[in-house]
Amino acid sequence: MSETTVPSIRPPARPAAASAHAALTEPRPVRIALTVLAVAFLGLFLLLPLAVVFVEALSKGLGPYFASFAEPDALAAVRLTLLVAVIAVPLNVVFGLCASWAIAKFDFRGRNLLITLIDLPFSVSPVVAGLIYVLIFGAQGLLGPFLQRHGIEIIFAVPGIVLATVFVTFPFVARELIPLMQDQGTTDEEAALTLGASPWRVFRTVTLPNVRWALLYGVLLCNARAMGEFGAVSVVSGRIRGLTNTMPLHVEILYNEYNYVAAFGIASLLALLALVTLAGKSFLEWRHADALAGRGAH
Amino acid sequence: MSDAAALPAGRAAARPRFRRPTAIPGFRLTFGITLTYLTLIVLLPLAVLLLRAASVGPAGLWALITDPRNLAALKTSFGLSLAAAAIDAVFGLLIAWVLTRYRFPGRRIIDALVDLPFALPTAVAGIALASLYAPNGWLGEPLMALGIKVAYTPLGILVALVFVGLPFCVRTVQPLVAEIDKSSEEAAAILGASRFRALVTVILPPLIPAMLTGFALAFARAVGEYGSVIFVAGNLPYVSEIAPLLIVIKLEEFNYAGATAIAAVMLLMSFTALLAINLLQDFSRRRFGHV
Repeated sequence: MSETTVPSIRPPARPAAASAHAALTEPRPVRIALTVLAVAFLGLFLLLPLAVVFVEALSKGLGPYFASFAEPDALAAVRLTLLVAVIAVPLNVVFGLCASWAIAKFDFRGRNLLITLIDLPFSVSPVVAGLIYVLIFGAQGLLGPFLQRHGIEIIFAVPGIVLATVFVTFPFVARELIPLMQDQGTTDEEAALTLGASPWRVFRTVTLPNVRWALLYGVLLCNARAMGEFGAVSVVSGRIRGLTNTMPLHVEILYNEYNYVAAFGIASLLALLALVTLAGKSFLEWRHADALAGRGAH
Repeated sequence: MSDAAALPAGRAAARPRFRRPTAIPGFRLTFGITLTYLTLIVLLPLAVLLLRAASVGPAGLWALITDPRNLAALKTSFGLSLAAAAIDAVFGLLIAWVLTRYRFPGRRIIDALVDLPFALPTAVAGIALASLYAPNGWLGEPLMALGIKVAYTPLGILVALVFVGLPFCVRTVQPLVAEIDKSSEEAAAILGASRFRALVTVILPPLIPAMLTGFALAFARAVGEYGSVIFVAGNLPYVSEIAPLLIVIKLEEFNYAGATAIAAVMLLMSFTALLAINLLQDFSRRRFGHV
């Protein structure tokens, strides 16, 4: 089972084209033109937006840049964003481990349907993700009157933000683990059980080490989305400064107030988070490619 | 949790079996947690939305959907998402090909950068694009001189949607380009096909299902996209107002029925896209042996 070929997203390490015969590659001018076109497209659509964040943030110098983080509202936004990620990510890790165990280690009816349902939040608009919780917990929602009677606040409060974040980050960990654990099969676990290990010990000492890099990969992506989510959170948050404002929402408020240096300042922190995420992701793909499942799209 | 766990156990007793027997423990626990959590967080809330939309009645729903402003927003969202996904599909193939087949300095960094739209918060992308394409921005100013206005027009929406969808189209095609069977390429060359003809008749056809999958994923993402669009769109009703923004506006007016109707249409469209993706992958697996 460990012999299963793992199709990697990473291109082969050795240059394939360098040694190829002329008939097996495009003429040199075509190659150069295609490369320039691809790189120009990426530069225009990806690199420039990234660069402009940092240039705008530093446009008035370092003083105003750092001053934008010292604002009490900005600090409150950073704290709330961290709090939401600290709750949402572990929840989805536990769910991801349970779902991948149930789906990959057992063969049951409706397994593929379950996988499709787990992926569902990816194809739901973030705004709709926020809306569904407003329809349930909002003042005019299904449980609204009940919640109001008991003084429980979910919408326009932190619980709503956590719920919306959990929804949009729901599939990240599970979808990294399921294909990998399916590839790995159950022989390792069966061997451990035969040797007398308890189920919990099997999970802790056999399964978990087998999937640790894929788990980390899923956590990285899940965390990036949890900290950066905007649409779903903006529907349920009410944008109360200092209370229900996450970093992305704070960016929007500052931008709409024409406070560009501060808006891009906070945005640059989120962009740094994105770059760290990409670096970590690339490192895992490069260093631990065989420990990650072959995947197509995210 | 124990309620949900009881369900499979009850069915397992019946014939045909719900689950194949195995020595591995923990099915009830993990399946129970999975099903409960999935139901509470995803399925029930979505069901509430669809029920709420259904309670308006077909006639009411139709009236809400065909309301001129709603219809304009839906048209804007779907039309521009199709266009953006098409652009992404073409450039996604090109980028996947160049990154996999050619060697040039900085290739690895550029390869990592492709995933930027996945990692960059949408609000950050939104204000960055707005600043780039604003009339006094780095790109907005030269484009303005050419008479092209991007920011605060549908063109601005298109740029944002191309941004968010691009990685889907690159990452679905890239593994297949890496695994192209070299022998069929060699056979085509030996049999005297020109490189162009080999590309068109031998190399590209197996990539088409992956391209379509990337297209569908980019489309589904673009239709629902909110954060990166609203800053650069201008949000003019009937012109550059997208459906997700209209949901937010209706919610702020406490018009739950209106918001729900638009959301239901969008949900149905994304489910259709999801179904199309699954069928495509099934087809591709049967026809070419890979996804």
